[in-house]
Amino acid sequence: MSTLTSPASEDAFVAQQFDNIEQQREAAKLGMWIFLATEVLFFGGLFLGYTVYRFTYGQVFVDTSRKLDVLLGGTNTAVLLVSSLLMAFAVRAAKLDQRRMLTWLLLGTALLGCVFMSIKGVEYHKDYVDHLVPGRHFEWHGPDPYNAELFFWIYFAMTGLHAIHVTVGIGVMLVLALLARLGKFSRGNHNTVEIAGLYWHFVDIVWVFLFPLLYLVGHR
Amino acid sequence: MEKVTQPKVYVRTCVALLALLALTWAIGYVDLGSFNLIVALAVAIAKAIVIALFFMHIKGSSRLLHLVAVAGVIWLLFLISLTLGDYFTRGWVPLNH
Repeated sequence: MSTLTSPASEDAFVAQQFDNIEQQREAAKLGMWIFLATEVLFFGGLFLGYTVYRFTYGQVFVDTSRKLDVLLGGTNTAVLLVSSLLMAFAVRAAKLDQRRMLTWLLLGTALLGCVFMSIKGVEYHKDYVDHLVPGRHFEWHGPDPYNAELFFWIYFAMTGLHAIHVTVGIGVMLVLALLARLGKFSRGNHNTVEIAGLYWHFVDIVWVFLFPLLYLVGHR
Repeated sequence: MEKVTQPKVYVRTCVALLALLALTWAIGYVDLGSFNLIVALAVAIAKAIVIALFFMHIKGSSRLLHLVAVAGVIWLLFLISLTLGDYFTRGWVPLNH
């Protein structure tokens, strides 16, 4: 093992179970996509529950959905879409070995993730003040309060699980930004940034479905 | 060095996604009856495909990755279609709206 010499080429990063750097990159991406397939089913269970109850209690879902703030929800969609753009540029910078650019783009992605979480926090606070959080303080003056509460259970479960994913993503981006600053992803060793990007884009896709399904059930 | 995508491709992807967001948002204020759901879902699916193709580089990646990406979605469709098959054919949900 030539551990004493500094890596001269990309092949220095090839773990011993792989033939070459291409195979290693392909394996990393494959592993991440398989994980994302399990995530599709993880969120899928909630989407299924949502679908069944929406068909069962259509009118209640229309009434309750109107209580959500479509401006905040829509803005958050835009925030995540732009964060995905920064993430895509981060992966590009990693491939081109642009260390400073990579660090800033990862920090920018994390920052937009924080903006998303802040807006989500404002929304949750509004829901709390308006007595829309399920539980003892839930108040509903329209028809069928029991199933109105059910909608908000689903809303908090789905957006909550998504928010956990965003939080994890922010943590990953901050760690990667630190590692990028230390030069860990230089000279072709960009696998980690690329698969973290896949995760971030996936979380974006989940929100792309949550926004219309939760905020725009009936027309306004 | 691995091949990289031109920056303009990413910028165009993002602009297209924001345009689709504006479309969903706008249609949210128009009464299309049950078509509101169909249009909203169609736009969301279009956005997901655009993100997967360009941001997640499904376009230009190997057949194996295509297979895994599609497999996740197909299993989700199994989950939803078989369950709804039960709900809709056994009178568990009213279908009058």
